[in-house]
Amino acid sequence: MGDEAFIGADGAAGVGEAIGVGEAFGADEAFIEVDGVEKVFDVRRRTGFLKRERRRVRAVDSISFRVARGEMVGYIGPNGAGKSTTIKMLTGILTPSGGRLRVAGIDPSRERTRLAHRIGVVFGQRTTLWWDLPLIDSYRLMHRMYRIPDARYRENLDRLVELLGLEDLLEVPVRQLSLGQRMRGDVAAALLHDPEVLYLDEPTIGLDVMSKARVRAFLRELNAERGTTVLLTTHDLQDIEQLCSRVMVIDHGRLVYDGALAGLHEVGESERMLVVDLERELPPIEAPPARVVKVEGPRQWLAFPASESAAALVARVAADHPLVDLSVREPDIEAVIARVLNSPAEPPEAPREDVGRVIS
Amino acid sequence: MGAGRLYLAVAAGGFRRYATYRLATAAGVFTNTVFGVILVFTYLALWEERPGLGGYDQAQAVTYVWLGQCLFATLAIQGGGAEKELMERIRTGEVAVDLYRPVDLQLWWLAGDLGRAAFQLLGRGVVPFLFGAAFFPTALPTDVARWAAFTVTLLLAGVVSFAIRYLVALSVFWLLDGTGVNQALMIAGLFFSGMLLPLNAFPGAFGEVVRVLPWAAQLQMPADVLMGETGVAGALAFQAGWAVVLLAAGRAVQSAATRRVVVQGG
Amino acid sequence: MAERGAVVEGLRAYRLIAGMWVRSSMTYRTSFAVTVVGNLLLTGLDFVGILLMFSQVDRLGGWSLPEVAFLYGLSVTAFGFADLVLGSMDALGARMRDGSFDVLLVRPVPVLAQVGADRFALRRLGRITQGLAVLGWALSAVDVEWTAAKVLLVPVMVLSGAVIFGAVFVAGAAFQIVAQDAAEVQNAFTYGGTTLLQYPPTVFGNDLVRGVTFTLPLAFVNWVPAAHVLGRPYPVALPGWTAYASPLVAAVCCGAAGLVWRSGLRAYRSTGS
Repeated sequence: MGDEAFIGADGAAGVGEAIGVGEAFGADEAFIEVDGVEKVFDVRRRTGFLKRERRRVRAVDSISFRVARGEMVGYIGPNGAGKSTTIKMLTGILTPSGGRLRVAGIDPSRERTRLAHRIGVVFGQRTTLWWDLPLIDSYRLMHRMYRIPDARYRENLDRLVELLGLEDLLEVPVRQLSLGQRMRGDVAAALLHDPEVLYLDEPTIGLDVMSKARVRAFLRELNAERGTTVLLTTHDLQDIEQLCSRVMVIDHGRLVYDGALAGLHEVGESERMLVVDLERELPPIEAPPARVVKVEGPRQWLAFPASESAAALVARVAADHPLVDLSVREPDIEAVIARVLNSPAEPPEAPREDVGRVIS
Repeated sequence: MGAGRLYLAVAAGGFRRYATYRLATAAGVFTNTVFGVILVFTYLALWEERPGLGGYDQAQAVTYVWLGQCLFATLAIQGGGAEKELMERIRTGEVAVDLYRPVDLQLWWLAGDLGRAAFQLLGRGVVPFLFGAAFFPTALPTDVARWAAFTVTLLLAGVVSFAIRYLVALSVFWLLDGTGVNQALMIAGLFFSGMLLPLNAFPGAFGEVVRVLPWAAQLQMPADVLMGETGVAGALAFQAGWAVVLLAAGRAVQSAATRRVVVQGG
Repeated sequence: MAERGAVVEGLRAYRLIAGMWVRSSMTYRTSFAVTVVGNLLLTGLDFVGILLMFSQVDRLGGWSLPEVAFLYGLSVTAFGFADLVLGSMDALGARMRDGSFDVLLVRPVPVLAQVGADRFALRRLGRITQGLAVLGWALSAVDVEWTAAKVLLVPVMVLSGAVIFGAVFVAGAAFQIVAQDAAEVQNAFTYGGTTLLQYPPTVFGNDLVRGVTFTLPLAFVNWVPAAHVLGRPYPVALPGWTAYASPLVAAVCCGAAGLVWRSGLRAYRSTGS
């Protein structure tokens, strides 16, 4: 059984063919289906000299969502909210405690290796490459491991090396690469076998601005040109703003928001900021619906609802006051998220710790 | 004395650091016990065949085994003590910073290593020793003076062991890669310290030579002092002598290395 | 059938990964040669110890030097092969501690193959070399009436022994998934085991011999069959056919290790790290 035949039988040859397989399942079948999935951990803590306390922690508490082929979705939340746990379940590293989870129709916990051919993963905090070997050796190993046809491997490698600027780094041992270089190397490694979905777990963490921009541009193009589904967990809300049209917010293991990024601003009642530099110090400007939140000498900060037009407000302020300069600041998405998480509509719940309860 | 307090703190730090490896230490206790059992049976058969070998009777041979297992990690007989960190620091170049500090490099590492040794003696070495003493016939002394002398020999053994490993670590300044010397250290340490067979049982001229090498100060000397097979004064003099010689050599090499670092610009 | 597929996949992945490590170590050719020699010397010290013992006595536990050398050669060669193929598995705990174990679960190949092939070290040939050398000498020096069956037993012992030790390595690795810092416990059974088997079974107490024959059947690596080859009585009463039971014991150990590994992996995937 040759390499070619093996891949053909598996249907994992590439996105083009894969879409054909997807259509066989039915056009409205979501690519990623998460249905009431939960993950419960037993955490043991030492409370005394010999005493030990056992708690059940619901890292992921009945989450449901669907991701269609070709979507680029952001997955954000505070530390310990359950983002990494969700990714681990989607990739087959962890088995769910309950619920139903399918990626391309495959159950990751049962058919880990079959699914592995069709997914790519980039971990921000650790590398998928071989630490002591030169970068190119890792790629060669993946060529054989994923049974990528020679021509496609060559083509992908050349393209990825060029797009991610890895030409000079191929002979360098991975442990000698900087964080930004290693991240780009990881992204290339994850895409060599043309996966249908790319998971990124905190990919831009610790990167400098240049590297972040580069990685983001690359992901945008990947999604646009090749239709690769992308699921991105991150702390960096710039990543979300620049890449994702859809955002899922997770807190304490529960999905608290799932929808368009624009909608997030509305839910969070975002405000934009107009910063005006007046000719001289003046009493606080009155220009509803804007309200002055801070005054520092001749400079004043006016907050106004994100849905309002900045142009109209600027015109009004300029007509009545001597302006030297002004700038408009977009909503601080951190504050937006924080507001969504603390929104009175859904009061935040403490993690459900069922002491000694059996989960069936 | 400020310096004294400083080095005491370094030693305490070494102790505490190794104390955090709880599971690894427990596993080490198990390993030492298993190897001790294997060796004891072997020695019992050996001494059955040739009683009085090396001037020991069976109980003494058994004591020797358990002392060896007790001191294996304590004295880092096969390497693996603080010198590993030093080698790493030399390899990466971080040691340049250490050389410019107003502390004596050798004493600093000696203090840290002794702290480690103290932990591995109490946390790892004592248990197999007690196990052995409980289940096998041993020849432990009952008078306090002998135990006191033994404690002193232990301390000197620790110093000699460190001095050897320190010299080996410094070689990385010239060799740049520690794997070769580490292997050599392991081989020499294991063989010449008497872990395989008491040095007293080594045959002929080879035995004579091996008994005056510095490694003999690590296990053979303390064992003989404990079991009263050698004069305390002579043993301490032997250990102290080697300690002085090796520490001095260490300082000489250290100066050469420092000069080299300065010349090369770190 | 899925089982067969997984084994074939695993072997292929092992070959790929180990091959990469071999190629990488070959780039430093001189240093590689040095480490092989170093490995040979370090592991050969055990036999030097035995030689030193025999410089003072003629028999140990009633066995002569060629007979002990026979045991040594068998134990060390078998262990050497297991160490070469699966010796890196004792580093699994370190992998789990630094979080790089998850990466293995994302690749389309069996995890066992990846862990086994990780840092494949050709220098471990050093141990095999000195083991074979001692075994070769022992075969020439030992006083045995060689029959076809006895001659065949020698390679059978080495092979079965390697599989048995390999099974211990795998079981130990599975144990490390559960108790990460416990690499050294595994070493007590593997390195301790090979050391134990270098000496005649008559040296050890009956309880120990019984434990190593029935509980953790290391005795089938060399003790039981070798006693038969040398025509020496075995300290624990065993029926005659057990001298040829090593391959069976190896197969059972193999199966058991596989089960233990699978449950260890399952435990990791349900509890995380």
